[in-house]
Amino acid sequence: MKFLPLLRANLGRHKRRTLLTIASVALALFLFASLRTVITTIGAAAQFGSARRLVTTNSTGFVLPLPVAYANRLQAMEGVERVTWANWFGGRYGDGKRFFATFAIDPKSYLDIYPEMSVPPDQREAFLQDRSGALIGVRLLDIFGWKVGQNVTLQGTIFPGDWTLTIRGVYTPTDPVINDDALMFHWDYLDERSERTGQAGWYILQIDRPENAARVAKAIDDQFKSSNAPTKTGTEQAFNASFATMWGNVGLLMNTIGMAVVFAILLVTANAMMMSARERTREVAVLKAIGFTDRRLFGLVMLEAGIITVTGAVIGLGAAKLLYRATNFNAAGFLPGFDVTWSTLAIGGMIALLLMLASGIVPAARAARLPVVAALRNVE
Amino acid sequence: MKIPLSYNVRSLLGRPVSTALTALGIGLVVAVFIAMLALANGFAAALTRTGSDRNVLVLRKGADSEMASSLERQAASILAASPHIARGPDGRALVSAEVYVVIPLGRMGDTTKLANVVLRGISDRAWEVRSNIQMIAGQRPSTGRNEVCIGKKLLGRFPNTGIGESLRFAGRPWMVACHFSAGGSAFESEIWGENEQVMPAMRGELFQSVSFRLADPAAFEEAKRTLEADKRITVDVHRESAFYAQQSELLGRILRILAITITGIMAVGAVFGAVNTMYAAVSSRAPEIAVLLTLGFRPRSVLASFLLESALIAAIGGVVGCLLALPINGVVTSTTNWASFSEIAFSFRITPALLAAGIVFAVVMGMLGGFFPARRASKVPVVQAIR
Repeated sequence: MKFLPLLRANLGRHKRRTLLTIASVALALFLFASLRTVITTIGAAAQFGSARRLVTTNSTGFVLPLPVAYANRLQAMEGVERVTWANWFGGRYGDGKRFFATFAIDPKSYLDIYPEMSVPPDQREAFLQDRSGALIGVRLLDIFGWKVGQNVTLQGTIFPGDWTLTIRGVYTPTDPVINDDALMFHWDYLDERSERTGQAGWYILQIDRPENAARVAKAIDDQFKSSNAPTKTGTEQAFNASFATMWGNVGLLMNTIGMAVVFAILLVTANAMMMSARERTREVAVLKAIGFTDRRLFGLVMLEAGIITVTGAVIGLGAAKLLYRATNFNAAGFLPGFDVTWSTLAIGGMIALLLMLASGIVPAARAARLPVVAALRNVE
Repeated sequence: MKIPLSYNVRSLLGRPVSTALTALGIGLVVAVFIAMLALANGFAAALTRTGSDRNVLVLRKGADSEMASSLERQAASILAASPHIARGPDGRALVSAEVYVVIPLGRMGDTTKLANVVLRGISDRAWEVRSNIQMIAGQRPSTGRNEVCIGKKLLGRFPNTGIGESLRFAGRPWMVACHFSAGGSAFESEIWGENEQVMPAMRGELFQSVSFRLADPAAFEEAKRTLEADKRITVDVHRESAFYAQQSELLGRILRILAITITGIMAVGAVFGAVNTMYAAVSSRAPEIAVLLTLGFRPRSVLASFLLESALIAAIGGVVGCLLALPINGVVTSTTNWASFSEIAFSFRITPALLAAGIVFAVVMGMLGGFFPARRASKVPVVQAIR
């Protein structure tokens, strides 16, 4: 600790350089944390799904519908407790620039099967009662400035025409992975106005015990195998995971960029450390002459590098954690639940330590090995 | 009078490690910049090339993608009778009523990993309507059979896509009759079969779109007006090129914003690096600068000289960045076209303009980083420094 004034003097000698280097490290770790959070968010979405929920889609293609008449047959299957269904509606609002998901759902059974969507009891009742009512995610209130009780008109892209719905309720997801910017309305209302009637996009089933999932799924698919619309049933988690793979090689892309960022900043930091060390050759020689050991000098340079990288890391990682949380960032609905995880922060911390080692080692070793006589000869 | 460039070159060579580290830092930023924009370019190019100026795509009114659309048989025949459609040498209209559906296919290696692939049911005129289609192997699917033609980019990524092999979907086998290329466009990620065969296997008696070649390419507006005004049908008429370009817009924009944000933040870090380097250079060369000033070089020349030196380091970095990014050109990657939830394969696309932009970007970073240190150099107090 008695070397604190010395360290402070060294870091303060080129204040600008120290600050700029810290800022570079902070920017690098901020970027790193952001990029890695894209990966962890997609990963969390792929992991999401209750072990007791199955999803049944048309096996020919998930965009093809299934007859709504399957609902009763699914309900009658052994091990199935609840059944609900939904349709992708594909509505546009206003100029359509801000995309959000729109579904037609069988309201009561859907909300029963998804306790993660929390709706105030009076709003839930109002939504269930109103045939042309809509239930919206809490974020849509902010985005469009909508209010409960207001009429909104969507343009149907799949189901043509204008669809006017009354906002009756607002849901708040209790699990951040669930989108908080979707709009849902009554399937009955869609069915009655559509030319294509009796179609369900997909079914969601709640089963009695998670370990029965594979058996129930197989029983369902066997039952509908030779019908006009054969089914494919899997766990909700597998269904979500299949959407997550649609992002393609995002993981590789983010990791590669992350590595390039960290490496680029390593160069900046290493350069700054070397410049500082070079300017201080004489001082180091003097310190050695008055009795500083090689090891101590090595440690001092390393410590100086460490202070720079760790300070930068704390600023960069802290900013990432706080900024995304404060702005409720979700990449325009693409990455719900975007939040820098503790594991990302831990890895960021380790990167800071690696940066310290990599940028400090050459100047530190040089300081330790400096031949005193040769260096002092230049002192005027 | 200007300070000769050789002075700067020698100075740089005099501190090789610091120069190399700074240049490489800038180089990495440039490499990421180029690679990310090459990704955005490649994706946009794949979709833009899909459409032709001479073709018209007709969808149901309000549909924003082929997938969302549906046209009844009657509507398709009304459209096919339009006088705006070009005719082939045999006198038949160049029009194709198409079924568009996305099917799950198991990937090569692990067939439990499914990808969504576009299956397009076409009429036999589709091959002439789309002038960028080239048959690369096999024969066109024969009428009345469950046969398909496979886009080039699907080969090697999905099993059973060789000629004569049998691909299974929609609960039946489909014989692979041919492979086609389509000038790098999104069609190359599709499977084509005869519409009358695909239709019953999928959604039933509905087409998704009608595409045709314009008899007079200049008459698009007129064709659009007449067809959209036709009371018997409710359709939107798109120019094919504009339609596909617009499909790439959302993802293309996201990729571009991402590229600029990420490289922007990286660039700030690299500029800080350049600032450090140049300040150190200026302070260690104070006596030299004083000599230059004493010799009669103007402070303005000193400023220009140091700015140039910083730009030179950055330009070296820019070239290194280009070289680092170049190998990625042509590498095939895939992503989802969110307009249709289908997978589309495309190549990273590095253009000379993009390389030039990378170097300009580097030089700008160097100038920004070099400005304040260069200004300090021009203000070196001569008497003190020369002592």
